[in-house]
Amino acid sequence: MKYEPKILRQDFPILQQQFKGNQLVYLDNAATTQKPKSVIDTLQQYYAEDNANIHRGVHYLSERATEKYEQARKKVQQFIGAKETQEIIFVRGTTEAINLVAQTFGKKNIKAGDEIILSTLEHHSNIVPWQILAEGVGANLRILPITDDGELQLEQLPKLINSKTRMLSIGHVSNALGTVNPVHEIIKMAHEHGVPVLLDGAQSIPHLKIDVQAIDCDFFAFSGHKLFGPTGIGVLYGKKSLLETMPPYQGGGDMIREVTFEKTTYNTLPYKFEAGTPNIAGTIGLGAALDYLNSLDWNAVQHYEKELLDYATHALQEVPCLKIIGQAKEKVGVISFILKDIHPHDIGTILDQSGIAIRTGHHCTMPLMLRLGLPATARASFAFYNTREEVDKLVEGLNRVIKLFG
Amino acid sequence: MSDLRELYQEMILDHNRSPHHFHELADANRTARGNNPLCGDQLTVYLKLNQDKINAISFVGSGCAISKASASMMTDALQGKTKHEALQLFEMFHEMVTGHTELAGPSKMGKLAVFSGVAEYPARVKCASLAWHTMKSALEGSDAIVSTETGE
Repeated sequence: MKYEPKILRQDFPILQQQFKGNQLVYLDNAATTQKPKSVIDTLQQYYAEDNANIHRGVHYLSERATEKYEQARKKVQQFIGAKETQEIIFVRGTTEAINLVAQTFGKKNIKAGDEIILSTLEHHSNIVPWQILAEGVGANLRILPITDDGELQLEQLPKLINSKTRMLSIGHVSNALGTVNPVHEIIKMAHEHGVPVLLDGAQSIPHLKIDVQAIDCDFFAFSGHKLFGPTGIGVLYGKKSLLETMPPYQGGGDMIREVTFEKTTYNTLPYKFEAGTPNIAGTIGLGAALDYLNSLDWNAVQHYEKELLDYATHALQEVPCLKIIGQAKEKVGVISFILKDIHPHDIGTILDQSGIAIRTGHHCTMPLMLRLGLPATARASFAFYNTREEVDKLVEGLNRVIKLFG
Repeated sequence: MSDLRELYQEMILDHNRSPHHFHELADANRTARGNNPLCGDQLTVYLKLNQDKINAISFVGSGCAISKASASMMTDALQGKTKHEALQLFEMFHEMVTGHTELAGPSKMGKLAVFSGVAEYPARVKCASLAWHTMKSALEGSDAIVSTETGE
């Protein structure tokens, strides 16, 4: 069947909106994606019909809510190819997932003088949790550099890995530049030295088919809201053998087996890491998002996204004085750019007047901006519901920016 | 496009292209740095204060058209002003860009009235007011770096 983004767009109520007489052109998908109606309906239905606390009630509603919550865990497990549902921990988002690993696995295994490897491309959420840990225990961060095109200098990695390396935490796809990192090679290299790898999958999972067993990462973190699901729900995948050795993250209800004032014993996986009443609606909503994605022909989606990226790249290169920042060979639908000496914020404000939403700023990657020598970029990021017509509108908008600024 | 002209008035675009007093001030006796961590804008304001009078004011830094033009026009407006007058103008400017025109109607603001359109763009108020906050910090002799993400 032919891939028809214009028909598929109808599943997304927000995309039907107009702003100041213009059809919304939403090109900020790397910040958050829009939600299909099925996800919105699922949230509504949960609160209207199923709302109850889970894992404790004896009543019917509680059982039903628990069942739907655990079904969502199964859906996540299947979606990312994990071996067991116990390896799926629900968290608030990618940020919390990384903090969880840093504060549990990290605190247990990383000591004074040890080293953690990150890269120049990282989002602040894959820098600061490790920085906090490193400051606390006296460990050091080592940074894998990039080329001017925005690709990792993989040949530098063997020089960074040594007997003190305890962790390698790296983005699968760069949120600022769209670079797809060669994670298979990186993980293979790290594992040869017994170094575990956390993959920040926030930007990869909306675009690439993820199979955590094939990738062989030790941890994989992502956010529901970047995957067409609700905000406030995310996932930490971890290999069971590692999760079992890790101390709990937060204490509270649901994560315990038995509590006395003298001693507490902890619940089994995955509940050991899910203290307190979780985001039940969000979790079930994430399950609905995965159902939606499973209903699409993923090969066709990927083919379409690649075509759209190529089209947009060529179209933007035709805009006078526009420079695309990040020219990696392997990219997903993220295009960062600068336009003459016009500040990205001015570009963003002017495009917004035509209903075109892009992101401007440092994209929570200040070390990367420093490396590139830029205070900020403008960024258009695409999802499978974007169209060539929207790219054309972006280009028209950019020509208006140039005209205004002369 | 017509709405945008309210924000990006010709005078703002001119000051963005060729900002006034855009240099360091060798004999400054007060300086302050300001930054907007959300967008990477940063600037330094230099003051030469004689008693209570601003004998000279200049700035350097990088930012969007609104923040650069605002800094440039601020330096024009404050040359020769007293500390008290400068702080009064700071208050009025702040009122104007946040849409409170009863205190700071366009008639009272002179050329600075071109920034009244900023009130329609809440996300851009910080761009327009960064230079003014930094100037205030320099006047008050505070050593802390002004950030748009604290206080306000």
